[in-house]
Amino acid sequence: MNLQFRVEKREQGGPLFRILAIIASILIALFVAGFLLLAAGVDPAAAYLEILREALGSSYGISETLVKTTPLIITGLAVSVAFRMQIWNIGAEGQLYMGACAATWVALFSGVQGSLTLPAMFVAAFIAGGLWASVAGLLRARWQVNEVIVTLLMNYIAILLTDYLIFGPWKNPDGFNFPITAQFSQAARFSEYFDSRLHSGFFLALFCALAIYLLMERTIWGFQVKAIGSNPAAARYAGMKTGLAIFLVLTLSGAIAGIAGFSEVAGLQHRLQHGLAPGYGYTAIIIAWLARRSALGVVIVSFLLGVLLVGGDSLQLSWQLPVAFAYAFQGLILFFLLASDFFINFRLRRITEETDG
Amino acid sequence: MVEILLDATVRAGTPILFATLGAIINERAGIINLGIEGLMLIGALSGFAATLASGSLLLGVFAAFAAAFAAGCIHAFICVQLRGNQIVSGLALTMFGIGVTALFGRGVVGQTIDGFERHAVPLLSQLPLVGKAFFQQDWLIYFSFLLVFKIWFFFYRTRWGLELRTIGENPAAADACGIQVNRYRFLAVACGSGFVGIGGAYLSLASTPMWIENMSAGRGWIAVALVIFASWSSFRALFGAYLFGGITAMQLRFQAMGTSVSAHILQMLPYVFTIIVLVISTLRLQKGASQQPGNLGQP
Repeated sequence: MNLQFRVEKREQGGPLFRILAIIASILIALFVAGFLLLAAGVDPAAAYLEILREALGSSYGISETLVKTTPLIITGLAVSVAFRMQIWNIGAEGQLYMGACAATWVALFSGVQGSLTLPAMFVAAFIAGGLWASVAGLLRARWQVNEVIVTLLMNYIAILLTDYLIFGPWKNPDGFNFPITAQFSQAARFSEYFDSRLHSGFFLALFCALAIYLLMERTIWGFQVKAIGSNPAAARYAGMKTGLAIFLVLTLSGAIAGIAGFSEVAGLQHRLQHGLAPGYGYTAIIIAWLARRSALGVVIVSFLLGVLLVGGDSLQLSWQLPVAFAYAFQGLILFFLLASDFFINFRLRRITEETDG
Repeated sequence: MVEILLDATVRAGTPILFATLGAIINERAGIINLGIEGLMLIGALSGFAATLASGSLLLGVFAAFAAAFAAGCIHAFICVQLRGNQIVSGLALTMFGIGVTALFGRGVVGQTIDGFERHAVPLLSQLPLVGKAFFQQDWLIYFSFLLVFKIWFFFYRTRWGLELRTIGENPAAADACGIQVNRYRFLAVACGSGFVGIGGAYLSLASTPMWIENMSAGRGWIAVALVIFASWSSFRALFGAYLFGGITAMQLRFQAMGTSVSAHILQMLPYVFTIIVLVISTLRLQKGASQQPGNLGQP
């Protein structure tokens, strides 16, 4: 028999079908990653069990997962805001660093004290992240310069800038020459809960999700963004200022990512240091892609990936796996998700010789 | 002084040159490949590991090509056969490359090999100024010169090249002419990826003959930007890659001389310059005379 397939467009599959596809993609990615682990000399079953146990098996584990989920939600929202307009913000990582730098400046060097400190750090981080992304926004809106490349290259610049600060002018004079800033005062720190590292940043993240939902689904501006994203020509014809919207959306996206930097230094690190964000900004792209247009979806997917990150950290300790392995896994999830999209949108019909001829 | 700087320019530019050429082949067929960074790492590690195991540099280069070719097949399959989103697939490829090489690179960290050595071309290497930089180099650099010419020849002087360009411009028309669109595209993506892998191998076999996690350090992204600068032409790619090699070489030179400027600030230069160049070339592109494949990025 001749095995030939014809590709046909499928009727709308419905949200249930989509969720099933996402779960299936993650499972297949786990399966394939298992072979990679096996090849690297790690027992995949034991590794996966350990991920679950570490991330969800104890109240401490759950609190750690929520700690990791926090920056993921915020950066995920940041990327998804731009994504609504078919704009790719690959620079959440750098914007997060810039937000962290601005918040650190307020906490250590601005002279702001007392109850005003945290709000001032928030505003500074929001502005810094926004300004950083607005460069890409301006270039894209004004001259159609590819925002993927610009936002990505600016990550490298942002991280080098942070390094410059902590190795140079901001280095803690009492820090035994380590490249870190001085510790923040109590006024510049979030409160922590349940005797764990869980901090107010988590609630800030949830608040951001609500705010984005309201902004995008309940305001005219949110509607315009969506309209421009789905059909720029039609939107322009309807009198919408697409260039301005692109600029604003990328700036807003960066500003949100900046908040994640604020949350990390105020809630977790209490100082500025290297390796502040081990790739949250890149994981955020997956989160936004998986969650599509839903703010609630961002929260859920962030939690799932938070589990993986916490579990991955423990694998790093017990099997000396590199941190970057989490990337390989995330790449695999994306591959299978893209493949599943195909089966959601199209169906394969087998063409046999009889029907063919 | 100028001689040394030129020499460092060529050596720093070569990995970017290979990567840019590979990316050009991808995009000529109408497929954006944002996985260049990951492919370079895959090439760097497999090239290094193969050379370490076999003692043969040539085998290392083949392994780098083959591994990146295989990884490129994933991108090709998703973009061509499944018509998936090319941007997401490319990013996934980069993430996959960073992660997989970090995982499998653990075993060879800290080991060293004898990297490529220089071979002087008789007569030509005696030329003043450019002699040392261009004709007293290793085989991979000579191969990159050849490749620049070969790719130009392929696209503009062969039937296959013409057909591939047609696909990049207008796949429907190409299909109507009886060209096997999917087969061409798949091969272009996979082969282009393979050349990117050789660029990665240059890092681990010639620049610094060892494996360092994440050793490409953003060069893949610079290559993606350079494709636009090069207007999809291999000769301009050579020029662009050396421009960036030159900035890197000068930056290293400044550091070695011990200027008061922080090393971190100096290291930003290549990235800042890439963005500036990207803006300028995008502007020029819009002034007409666009060389961009008409159907770039369309599934």
